[in-house]
Amino acid sequence: MDTSQSCFHCGLEIKQSDLIVFDSKNFCCKGCQTVYEIFSTNDLGCYYDFENSPGATPLDIEGKYDFLDNEKILEKLLEFHEDSIAVVSLTIPHIHCSSCIWILENLQRLESGIRTSMVNFNEKTVRITYNSEEVSLKKIVNLLSAIGYEPYISLENYETGVKNEDRSLTYKLGVAFFCFGNIMLLSFPEYFEANEFWIDQYKGFFRWLIFALALPTFFYSASGYYVSAYKSIRTGMLNIDIPIALGIVVMFVRSTVDIIMGHGQGFFDSLAGLIFFMLLGKMFQIKTYNFLSFERDFKSYFPIAVTKLNNGIEESVPIYDIIKGDRLLIRNQELIPVDGILLSAEATLDYSFVTGEANAIVKNSGDKVFAGGKQMGQLIEMQVLESVSQSYLTQLWSNDVFQKKVNQHFKTITDQISRYFTPILLLIAFAGFGYWIFFDVNTAFNVFTAVLIVACPCALALTAPFTFGNILRILGKKKMYLKNALVIEQLAKVDTLVFDKTGTITTTEKSTIDYRGTTLSIEQEQLIKNSLRASNHPLSRMLYAEMPEVDFLKMDSFEEFVGKGIEAHFQGNKIILGSPTFVGTVQSQTIAETSIHISINEVYLGKFVFKNAYREGVSELFKALSLKYQLHILSGDNDGEREFLEKLLPSNTNLIFNQKPEQKLTFIKNLQEQGKNVMMIGDGLNDAGALAQSNVGISISENVNVFSPACDAILDATEFQNISAFLKLSKKAIRTIKMSFALSLLYNVVGLSFAVTGNLLPLVAAIIMPLSTVTIVSFVTIMSTRYANKLKLK
Amino acid sequence: MSVIYLLISVSIVVAIVFFIAFITAVKKGQYDDDYTPSVRMLFDDELKTTKQKQIKTTPEKQV
Repeated sequence: MDTSQSCFHCGLEIKQSDLIVFDSKNFCCKGCQTVYEIFSTNDLGCYYDFENSPGATPLDIEGKYDFLDNEKILEKLLEFHEDSIAVVSLTIPHIHCSSCIWILENLQRLESGIRTSMVNFNEKTVRITYNSEEVSLKKIVNLLSAIGYEPYISLENYETGVKNEDRSLTYKLGVAFFCFGNIMLLSFPEYFEANEFWIDQYKGFFRWLIFALALPTFFYSASGYYVSAYKSIRTGMLNIDIPIALGIVVMFVRSTVDIIMGHGQGFFDSLAGLIFFMLLGKMFQIKTYNFLSFERDFKSYFPIAVTKLNNGIEESVPIYDIIKGDRLLIRNQELIPVDGILLSAEATLDYSFVTGEANAIVKNSGDKVFAGGKQMGQLIEMQVLESVSQSYLTQLWSNDVFQKKVNQHFKTITDQISRYFTPILLLIAFAGFGYWIFFDVNTAFNVFTAVLIVACPCALALTAPFTFGNILRILGKKKMYLKNALVIEQLAKVDTLVFDKTGTITTTEKSTIDYRGTTLSIEQEQLIKNSLRASNHPLSRMLYAEMPEVDFLKMDSFEEFVGKGIEAHFQGNKIILGSPTFVGTVQSQTIAETSIHISINEVYLGKFVFKNAYREGVSELFKALSLKYQLHILSGDNDGEREFLEKLLPSNTNLIFNQKPEQKLTFIKNLQEQGKNVMMIGDGLNDAGALAQSNVGISISENVNVFSPACDAILDATEFQNISAFLKLSKKAIRTIKMSFALSLLYNVVGLSFAVTGNLLPLVAAIIMPLSTVTIVSFVTIMSTRYANKLKLK
Repeated sequence: MSVIYLLISVSIVVAIVFFIAFITAVKKGQYDDDYTPSVRMLFDDELKTTKQKQIKTTPEKQV
């Protein structure tokens, strides 16, 4: 094992030529070394003790956060600001280990103006309290960036204030548990020695105490069920909450009557237990991934401010204040926030998260540039044509799918069952009542209430939450993060899959470079690689890295023509690399592809074509899926790769090219109108409409912390080949639920047989309910885990 | 046997005290982040070991 070859700070492999040895440790670059220096001179060397190479390389951010000097923007970002004390919460995507927590909570040792800082690991945020007279937010952000923890500040932060967390479920659960425990203890004496003198004397006290304890559970903890039942009656959809609410209310009334009339102690312990278990199920089903957001729109991609040129003076202005005609400065790695015209000579724009296209596009002076592109390279200047809300990219969001909160009336599997369950239940209750009324009115009422109590579908209602909760966690471990449990049911129903091409089935992480043309000799390769060495153009860098190692040649002259290519001379050899026109060839202008053409000594040799690499396992995945699903590929690109894809994928895959974002959306809509349940798998903002329209929208992401458009699920790109297994698991989940329904109905039959014969004692109810709950919960957990194991998802 | 009233009441009161403690804990946000505190509590010792380089100074005696 050669550990000496990885960077002490960031853990990346060190290229031999870049190796820096400092303090007898190896570093991959100047940046990593600087961070190490900062830490070691401030006695923060412990940073490296918790984890091996926990750091990130700091990026050059000079001037990037100048907008934090703008008072108006600053006030929007701060959570609290009074006198000299200010509080700010920053999202830092790099937070990933205990070293991160440690260093971020010891910031005051690096900057005395910082009072305290607290990390929330799950949300990947740090909350910093600082003295605004001693240090500015800009200084703090620059410090964070300098140590490799650059915060992510976007337009989204501009509008959100302090978040209010909803903790009501925790309170309800706490109340229910408290009451349940106490009621059960107080109920015991009467269960065991019903007729003893001692119990007889005190039973009034016990019963009224139980009654008092049951009140908070009944009125507070269970309140959600009454509301939901009422709503479902009003909309005419019989959901599972109706029999539950009915059961709870009947149980409470009957028990109260029992106590008042002195008949017995009632069913209060079962009541509290029932409510507690059901709330527990609800809690279990909610698995949130705090560090992810499923509701992102363009705002989380856009910067808060941009540099405006005002009569030659640079000034940071909030994005919303930009108007037509303004002149903007866009630095390296900055995003173009609005549509405009390029004023600088050349810009290299990376549109990867708008189109998913990995390779940068070169624009020349006078070209129109669209919002969403990221500038790579030197500073550029542009003139604004449209304000933010009118730009092409943001207009996509005015589409209906984004406006209304998509409230498809999706019937859950539990609701489907309860549509039959409720009427049958009422029928049995009335039948029992009708039968007994001829014998004894009192018994008749007892039977009627007992039926409703014992049939209260507690186990039925617990089945889905516990199954889905478990599946949600299993998928989460495999880096498939679902928005909520409903998505699993929708996954199981999917019959049509639509894939985006670029960025989804291809990876943006690496591209392959193909050479087409006359075969190059070793000398020629040597000349080309040496010419590339001098160029800073992104394509040159990529090609340089791909080409085989060659000997160094001394260059006579070198010139780079912006937007065209490079010309280099070596001992009488003239090498020209670049665009077709620059190199002097007329061929292949029709195909839009990213390529570098080559000519040596005025002889055209060929071209290097940059292609996105397909993800591993694409072919196998599609083969497996094509047996059960209808497959489509929607691509925004031209059909240059049609032949290749046809070879790679099963023959029944439908390939469609040249799709604009709106066309993708309409395509999904059409499929849905044909009655299909569509799952869309995409990545870029251009898929956002289609993802929102589809029944299940899955966003593929190379880095789940940063970018993903609004969707139902976020899938880490490394688990792409598991999609087929995920779909299978969702089907198994539904099967588990169905089996468990049968089991819980069995319990209901047993309980009902007690109820209709008029023999339902509180003790029987107190045994049946927890027993059925425990069986159901363990059954579904074991089954769903077993299915996951079988699919090798654990 | 009327001590049973007292005993039960006391036990309920104790239970209520714990219940209130739970509610306050939730209110203060102790249940919002269930991971970071578990890491944070292990840090204190390391902080002390790095502070070894303090220079001892004895104040000059005033005559």
